[in-house]
Amino acid sequence: MFAFFLSSGLFLGWSLGANDASNVFGTAVGAKMIRFRTAAIYCSIFIILGAVISGAGASHTLGKLGAVNALGGAFIVAFSAAISVYLMTLARFPVSTSQAIVGAIIGWNFFSGALTDVDSLIKIVSTWILCPVLSALFAIFFYKLIVFIIKSFKIHMFTLDRYTRNGLLLAGIFGSYALGANNIANVMGVFIPVSPFSDLSFGGLFSLSATQQLFFLGGVAIAVGVFTYSKRVMATVGSGIMDLSPVAALVAVSSHSIVLFLFSSQGLETFLRAHGLPAIPLVPVSSSQAIVGAVIGMGLLKGGKSINWHIVGGISSGWIITPVIAALISFVSLFFMQNVFMQETFRPVAYQITRESALRIDKTGFSSNKLETLMGKKFESAIKMKKALSARISLTPKILNIVLSASKINEMEITMDKINSIDSNRVSGEQTKAIEKLIGQKFMHQWQFAEALGNSSFSWQFRQGDKEFNENLSHKLLYVYGLFEK
Amino acid sequence: MDNILKKNTTIEKEIDDFLNQFSEAGLLFKSGVDIYLSGKKDRFQRTIDEITQMEHKGDALRRSIEEKLYRKTLIPESRGDVLDLLESLDALIDRFKGTLYRFDIECIEIDPKFHDDFKELVRNVVNASEALVQSSRCFFKDISSIANYMHKVSFWETECDKISTMLQKRIFRDTELRLSQKMQLRDFVRHIDKIADRAEDVADDLSIFVIKRSL
Repeated sequence: MFAFFLSSGLFLGWSLGANDASNVFGTAVGAKMIRFRTAAIYCSIFIILGAVISGAGASHTLGKLGAVNALGGAFIVAFSAAISVYLMTLARFPVSTSQAIVGAIIGWNFFSGALTDVDSLIKIVSTWILCPVLSALFAIFFYKLIVFIIKSFKIHMFTLDRYTRNGLLLAGIFGSYALGANNIANVMGVFIPVSPFSDLSFGGLFSLSATQQLFFLGGVAIAVGVFTYSKRVMATVGSGIMDLSPVAALVAVSSHSIVLFLFSSQGLETFLRAHGLPAIPLVPVSSSQAIVGAVIGMGLLKGGKSINWHIVGGISSGWIITPVIAALISFVSLFFMQNVFMQETFRPVAYQITRESALRIDKTGFSSNKLETLMGKKFESAIKMKKALSARISLTPKILNIVLSASKINEMEITMDKINSIDSNRVSGEQTKAIEKLIGQKFMHQWQFAEALGNSSFSWQFRQGDKEFNENLSHKLLYVYGLFEK
Repeated sequence: MDNILKKNTTIEKEIDDFLNQFSEAGLLFKSGVDIYLSGKKDRFQRTIDEITQMEHKGDALRRSIEEKLYRKTLIPESRGDVLDLLESLDALIDRFKGTLYRFDIECIEIDPKFHDDFKELVRNVVNASEALVQSSRCFFKDISSIANYMHKVSFWETECDKISTMLQKRIFRDTELRLSQKMQLRDFVRHIDKIADRAEDVADDLSIFVIKRSL
C-alpha cells in the first residue's frame, strides 16, 4: 500500500527531473556545449548523491510547515504538486517544485483544519525573494570576475571554449548535487513521517537511514525525469529571457548552484553558527528562480535592454499561480480521496487545555489564567482552537504556538507489546530501557511523554549546542510517539 | 576529456598556421610582383609555384579546421563567424595567387615609369592584408586589442584607392601607349586594388563578429 501511495511522490520526482534539470544543464545543452546524454548521466548521478548525502537539511522546514500525518494525505499532497508542476512544464514555464509543494501542503492544512505555521511559511516565502536576488548578485560578481580574467590573461577563443565546457560540466555537477540536496525535501518530505522504512547497514561499511532510503527512491525518480522528459525543456531554457553566451551560461549555472548549496548545506550552517554569524535558513528553494535571477542579474549589468521583460513577467506570474493551483488541486483531491475513495487523508488532532498543559503554559511566562474559561473544553482542530482563543485574548503567533503545542492531544499508553516492537536500529538499548521504566503509564500530550523520558534517562535529554544529537533525538521522539499513540 | 584538450590544442595551432600562410602569401605576392617587374622570369615562375603550394596548404588547413569545428562542436556560438572569416581569408590567398597567374598568363608589359607606382600599390595592398591578419589573430586571442589593427585595414585600403586612381589617370594620360595597352594596365591596377577592397570587406565582417563576441 505504501508503494502505491509513494507513487505520487515518485511522479513529483519525475516532474522535478523533467523541469528542474533543465535549469542545471539546459543552458549548456541549449548552447550545444554539452551533449544531452552526457548532461543527463552526470545530472542523474549527482542528484541522487546530493539527495541521499545532504538531503536532510532542507526537509525539516517543510515538515514544520505542515506535518501531513496520514499516508493518503501525503499521496494527495505530492500528487497535487506533481500535477501542478507537470501542467506548468507542459506550458513550458520554468516552474518551482518548492512552490507547488508548499501550495499543496497549505491545501492539506486547510482541509484537515491544521494551522499553517506562519513562521515557517514566512521563512519559506522570504527565500523565494532572497533566492533570485542572491543569485543575481552572485551572477553580477562572477560575470565581472570572469570578464576581468579573460581580458587580463588574453585567453584564446578555443582555450576559453575548453575552460567554459569543463566549467559548465563542473558547475552542472555541483548544481545537480545541490538540486538533489535542496529539492529532495519537496519530493519526499511529506512521506518522512509516514515512512515504514528502517535503517539499513551495508556490511558495516556504510548505512542508510530510513529517510535516506526514501530520498534515494526520490532521487531515482528525478533521474528518470531527467532522461525521459528534460531534453525538450533544456532546449528552450536560457534563450527565452535573453540570449546567453556560453560564458554567461557558465556564470548563470554557477550562481544557481551556489545559491542552492547555501540553502541546503548543514555544514555551512554549522560553520556560520559556530562563528557567531547569521545562518542561512535551510529551506527548499526554487532552482528556476535561482537561474532566472542569475540571468536577469547579468542582463541588468548590461543595462537591461537585452532582457525580454514580457517573458520574465510570464515566468513570475507562474510562480504565483503555481502554489495557488497546487493548493486548490490538493484541497479538492483530498475531498475526493476522503469522501469518494474512503481513504484516511489526515488523522484528526484535537486540542484541550488540561491542568497539566496550563502548568506548562505558565512555565513559559504567559499566564494561563486568561484561558480559565476554556479549561477542559475539547477542540476538534487547531483552527477551532485558534478561533476560541482569539475571541478571548489578543493572540500573537508566539502565544498561539505555546498554547497549541501544550494542549495538543496525543493519547499514549506504554505497553510491553509495543516496547517489543521497537526497531533496535532506531532506538538504542539504553533508551529502550528508559521506556520500559514507564510501562503502564498513560500520557495525554506528547510533551508529557518526552518529559517523562528525559527524567527517566539522560539519553532522552536534549543537549545544549549539540544540534546533530538534538535533531537525531527529535526523529527518535517522533518515532516513539507514533509507536505508542492510541 | 584528454582527447578534447589535445584536439583543441591542435586546432589553435592550425589556425595560427593558417594565418601564417595568409601572411606569407601576401609577402610572396609582393616579392612576385617585384621579381616580375625586374624581368627575372625563372624566379617569377618559382614564386608562382611557391604561392600555389601555399594556397593548397591553406585550403587543407581550412578544411581540417572546419571538420574539427563541426565534429567536436567547438565554439558553437562563434563557429559560423570563424568559418566565414577563414573562408574569406582563403579567398584572399586565392586572389594573391590569381593575380600572379594573371601576370604570367598575359605577360603584360609595364613601362618602367609605372614600376614605382605599381610597387607602392602592391606594398599598400600587402599592408592592408597584414593589418587584417593581425586583427584576425586578436579576434582569436585578445579581442580587446582588435581595435588597434582594424582601423589600419581601412587606412591602407584608402591609400590603395588613391594610388590606383592616380596610376589609372597617369596611364590614360600617357600619349605613348595604345588604348589596348592602357585598358590592360587599368585592369591590372583594378585587380590589385580589389584585393585591398576585399580585405576591407573582411575587416567589416570581422567588426560585426567582434560585437557578437563582446562580453
